[in-house]
Amino acid sequence: MENLVTIRDLAVRFYTYEGVVHAIDDLDLDIRQGETLGIVGETGSGKSMTALAILRLIPYPGRIESGSIVFFDRDGGGELELLTLSEGRMRSIRGNKISMVFQEPGSALNPVYTIGDQISEVFLLHRRQELGHRAKQRVESLLSDGSGLADSVRRPFWRWQRRLYNKIAQKSHPVEPRLLSHIPLFRRLLWRLQDEASLLTVNMLKDVEIPDPARVAVHYPHELSGGMKQRAVIAMALACSPKLLIADEPTTSLDVTIQAQMLELFRRIKADTGASVLFITHNLGVAAEVCDRVAVMYAGRLCEIAGVEEIFLHPSHPYTKALLDAVPMPGKELQTIPGALADALNPPPGCRFHPRCPSATPMCQQERARLKEVAKDHMVACHLC
Amino acid sequence: MNTLIDIRGLKKYFPILGGVLRKPVGMVKAVDGVTLTIKQGQWLGLVGESGCGKTTLAKTVVRLLRPTSGHIYFDVPDEVKAEIEALESLGKNSGKLTSLVKENDLATFPGSKVRLFRRRAQLVHQDPFTSLDPRMKIKHIVAEPLTIHRILSGEAQEKAVRELLIRVGLSAGQLGRYPHQFSGGQRQRIAIARALATKPEFIVFDEPTSALDVSVQAQILNLLKDLKGEFGLTYVYITHELLIAESVCDYIAVMYLGKVVEMGTPEEIFHTPRHPYAQSLVAATPVPDPKRRVGRIVLPGEVPSPANPPPGCTFHPRCSRASQECRELEPPLELVGDDHYVACFHPL
Repeated sequence: MENLVTIRDLAVRFYTYEGVVHAIDDLDLDIRQGETLGIVGETGSGKSMTALAILRLIPYPGRIESGSIVFFDRDGGGELELLTLSEGRMRSIRGNKISMVFQEPGSALNPVYTIGDQISEVFLLHRRQELGHRAKQRVESLLSDGSGLADSVRRPFWRWQRRLYNKIAQKSHPVEPRLLSHIPLFRRLLWRLQDEASLLTVNMLKDVEIPDPARVAVHYPHELSGGMKQRAVIAMALACSPKLLIADEPTTSLDVTIQAQMLELFRRIKADTGASVLFITHNLGVAAEVCDRVAVMYAGRLCEIAGVEEIFLHPSHPYTKALLDAVPMPGKELQTIPGALADALNPPPGCRFHPRCPSATPMCQQERARLKEVAKDHMVACHLC
Repeated sequence: MNTLIDIRGLKKYFPILGGVLRKPVGMVKAVDGVTLTIKQGQWLGLVGESGCGKTTLAKTVVRLLRPTSGHIYFDVPDEVKAEIEALESLGKNSGKLTSLVKENDLATFPGSKVRLFRRRAQLVHQDPFTSLDPRMKIKHIVAEPLTIHRILSGEAQEKAVRELLIRVGLSAGQLGRYPHQFSGGQRQRIAIARALATKPEFIVFDEPTSALDVSVQAQILNLLKDLKGEFGLTYVYITHELLIAESVCDYIAVMYLGKVVEMGTPEEIFHTPRHPYAQSLVAATPVPDPKRRVGRIVLPGEVPSPANPPPGCTFHPRCSRASQECRELEPPLELVGDDHYVACFHPL
């Protein structure tokens, strides 16, 4: 399978008063076309930072230190090196080619705008030409259907509108509409764009199985339940049919039965749109449920990456094994991982897991383990494998 | 095993205040008629989704909340309970009944008696980041219950605190630190040490590991297991993660909208659930095994509001087996097997 995103030697550091935090350290990761790649790990393992680095949204005082993230866009643009793109180009990619679903649906939505407004914003930003085209068709149908005295009075106005929307349909920000959009009252002449956007929004809400989408579109976020909000956020992320959907712990704050609904939705979306999904979670059960491949991260480094069955049935890295043993399962003695998560400020030398590893050797303390292939499509970073 | 706690028909309603005069315009039925017995030395799991009343039930049992109605008997002999019940069924308000209830029913205890009770029952809260006072050193946090209940003071108190904190896995050098200097798992250990300070017999855990990582969660659960054996404790463990309940608890009660819908041993609940809600809850739980992906049941819709629960069986709008009977009548909790109770007209 072809790669959609290739990450090579990515390093993200946070320059804090206490010192330099190595949030991500030399990460190599491929996301393939049409797959669901899961990233699992504990708090502070750098899973969310990987997602934010792809979108170049690392918050201050963090910086992407080095490395490359290449995004293969087959429909246009070809190979894009995301880390060197201009901010303007990057903005046209965020929410359009690559979009993200955040953990807490309550804080991902703006409380002072309706759900519909927030989703139409995506269309107005990234799909302006398409909206212009749709608006033009609507005006044209008015022109051809219109009859009677009242319509013949409106006709010159419609013709002018047709010209206006035609311009938008050809070029997303032509001079005339751009000028109009800056003048308060005249700005309203572009209302058909917003109309078309809200129609698309209702369709989008219907796609994520929200009952009565037209009513939900005019609701504010606080009027919806957690599951509904998460559906609305997913609708927003899917609005421009992205090539890559990043989901950062999308089900953590939801109940089990609602979580099951969400996982079902993610599976359906992937089958319908063929988008790749980067699914970040700390719940191994959820990862086993939705992912095609799973990557395990520990203290900013990748430990192991393999197909979902391979990793759960034949885990190779000691950390993966320990993590799977720590999940409470009936009829099994709970195993704990000794020690605490590696200190991000001064991480242990060599393999970062060696202070907690039951089978660590002197080599593990000195030398960092590189990823190597132990079976087909199964990469492990451990000296002992 | 002796019965330690007997909860009978417990109800806790919260008024919804509305209008200019802030008059109650409705009731949120958080706990609506729960009958439950907790045996000495049992590890009871209370599972359910958010808003089903698990936490309210727990807080009512340790009397942080005063129940609207119902009885809670803590370590009361069966004869007394039977006597109260017999007097109540007569329907007369005799002086003997009043005095017996006052003496034995935890639900009606005044503050001073509740305080005596609290030595024997403690609560560990969900979020260790908010349940510890950020301005107190941890040794003072753990010493506070000892001071309040006037159990130990001075040097003996300090020694007891040190022993407790070392028992839960902290080092003696950390006694003078503040909560913010600890990780989530360590803070939960501090909260557990504080609960253990008065040497209680009964501890309620309100989702103690939901804010923690998997590996830390395993450490805490193992600690709880050890402590239970060491001190002979009785636990009520509230969780929404069924895998935890299944692996550590002896007995499980599944709640839905303020009511217990099924009670039984973990094997019964997880392998032969009889209530449709328990069944779908078990099926919806993701298991780290890619082979168990198939055969899940996705429940339609969401949990209704406890302020306006549906009539009859509260689960009927989401249930695939619902009949006319379910829409009108409320199913009672009935014994269907060895210590296995189900509240359903059409059990599986």
